[in-house]
Amino acid sequence: MTSRFPKLTVWRAIFAAIMLSGLYATYLRIFYGLGGATNLSDRFPWGLWIAFDVLCGVGLAAGGFTLVAVVHIFNIERYRPILRPAILTAFLGYSLVVVALLFDLGRPDRLWHPLVMWNPHSVMFEVAWCVTLYTTVLFLEFLPMVLERFGWHKPLAWIHNISVPLMIAGVLLSTLHQSSLGTLYLIVPAKMYPLWYSPMLPAMFYLSAIGVGLAMTIFESWHSSRAFGRALELSLLASMGRVLAVLMSVYLWLRFLDLARRGVLDLLIVNRTETWLFFLEIALMAVPTVLLFQKSVRFRPGALYACSVMVIFGFIANRLNVGVTALEAGSGAHYVPRWSEIAITFSIVAAGFAFFRIIAEHFPVFEARSNGHAASEMGEREEERIPVG
Amino acid sequence: MSKAILYDSTLCIGCKACEAACAERWGLPYNDTIAAEEQISAHKLTAIETHGDKYSRRLCMHCLEPACASVCPVGAIQKTKLGPVVYDPEKCMGCRYCLQACAFQVPSYEWASRLPRMRKCDQCFERQSRGQPTACAAACPTGATKCGDRDALIAEARQRIAEKPGDYYSRIYGLNEVGGTSVFYLSAVPFEQIGLRTNVPQEALPALTWRVLELTPDIVSTGTVLLGGIWWITNRRAEVAKAEGKRK
Repeated sequence: MTSRFPKLTVWRAIFAAIMLSGLYATYLRIFYGLGGATNLSDRFPWGLWIAFDVLCGVGLAAGGFTLVAVVHIFNIERYRPILRPAILTAFLGYSLVVVALLFDLGRPDRLWHPLVMWNPHSVMFEVAWCVTLYTTVLFLEFLPMVLERFGWHKPLAWIHNISVPLMIAGVLLSTLHQSSLGTLYLIVPAKMYPLWYSPMLPAMFYLSAIGVGLAMTIFESWHSSRAFGRALELSLLASMGRVLAVLMSVYLWLRFLDLARRGVLDLLIVNRTETWLFFLEIALMAVPTVLLFQKSVRFRPGALYACSVMVIFGFIANRLNVGVTALEAGSGAHYVPRWSEIAITFSIVAAGFAFFRIIAEHFPVFEARSNGHAASEMGEREEERIPVG
Repeated sequence: MSKAILYDSTLCIGCKACEAACAERWGLPYNDTIAAEEQISAHKLTAIETHGDKYSRRLCMHCLEPACASVCPVGAIQKTKLGPVVYDPEKCMGCRYCLQACAFQVPSYEWASRLPRMRKCDQCFERQSRGQPTACAAACPTGATKCGDRDALIAEARQRIAEKPGDYYSRIYGLNEVGGTSVFYLSAVPFEQIGLRTNVPQEALPALTWRVLELTPDIVSTGTVLLGGIWWITNRRAEVAKAEGKRK
């Protein structure tokens, strides 16, 4: 502990600086409105808080539903040791997306309005309902970690009883709204640059969310193994890396097939900012995909980690491109986020890391290992063991 | 019978009486500075634009199938039977999807306000429901802005083009744009020369998202059966394996 102490203070200083700047930006947002805290305008109404905090936030939390499906629905037990960290990431991710929405909505006091004022024709309405319900599901999937910590067995048994429908609901809700975040943009065919506007956006958003969910799981396993001195589940993560490589190649192949079918491949040789940012996005996804097909890369923790980071950055580049780059020319606006938008985004990310660390330290997030359950053979499920998380 | 506005650019003299009347109807400030702003905003819901020696007017198009109303998660925006697309600020939670979705970039937001609202022209819904003309049409000294029944205005626009083919570009803007609007433009020159968007889709936008959204019940029902089935099979397999393991 003592050897790690100086490193921690540096991180704590950075953390404090980020949070303080976020606090001041929050003051600006509350007292001077969206105009005082953002560079948004009538022509460019959605900025960093939607493109990063919401689009990326929801996507990066996709590891939760992916692993729940793998472990509980497909019953692939060997992934169980990394299920709980993925659920915790997802729960924190969604909670922070809601916090981000409180900043971004013009009237955050009316966040609940879509629940009582319905418009089933609105994609945003569907997303609002799915995110509300799924955050509830994630809370219930996370709850056993808290209940186990305090030894409250009665509510544990109650959650256990509804766990299967709960998890199926979670996967379905995720499928719906991960794709719907892409559907949001189908309404702007004339505004959005053709390298990104596609009727396939919903499917693309869904596939890439699953991919980045896997990448995030590798990312957080690597970090928590370092932070908590745990052994890395390398064979698990390596096989996950292979699934990721297959998934990303399908995704990239579909992307180019779609460009070709829409006849916009010639845009790739136009010298515009959009083209370069498109290639950046594709390179960040294609390079790790190629690398991950090599067994030697998958079984080297550092290389596997680097690949997952590249996929994460490729995903973020894609969402920022859809949410900002692709809309600038068509909207006749140039958008660069104001410092306060960036400060709040950083604060939310930093809060996410801090919460993860605190919860992982005090609750049985990695309990499967400490309780010796990880050693249990496939199919050897103990009756009192709670499948949720 | 639904209402509409016909704006004839060839008759407009750029006097901005419509702007002043609109500001008065909304209780918004209006002075020389604001008059000089040639774009619509939260404090100016219609604007006269100068394009060389031609004028044009910006206001909400009141689409027949408005994208703004279809995307609003709380149903704060409604297309009325009368024609105007109206907004209820009490429902609005400020997601600004309407600003993003509008092909004409009409809705504006009160960015500087702590309790902001979206602002846009409502084609004087109150006045029109009482049978009165819109404030802008009533104020127009030349008849460049005229309000009335939609079908009658289309007929009149066609007649004007037919009577003076030399004075008009031969199309009516708003007839097919985004599936049809409730504001029509006539012009002496092609529409892009008076600042109108000619790259907007010629079919209604809400279908683009509805095509995907309407699959929701299918995804939920098929997904439940599929995932439930997979769970049942894999769980059963694990139980059988466990039971056989015990027997041995």
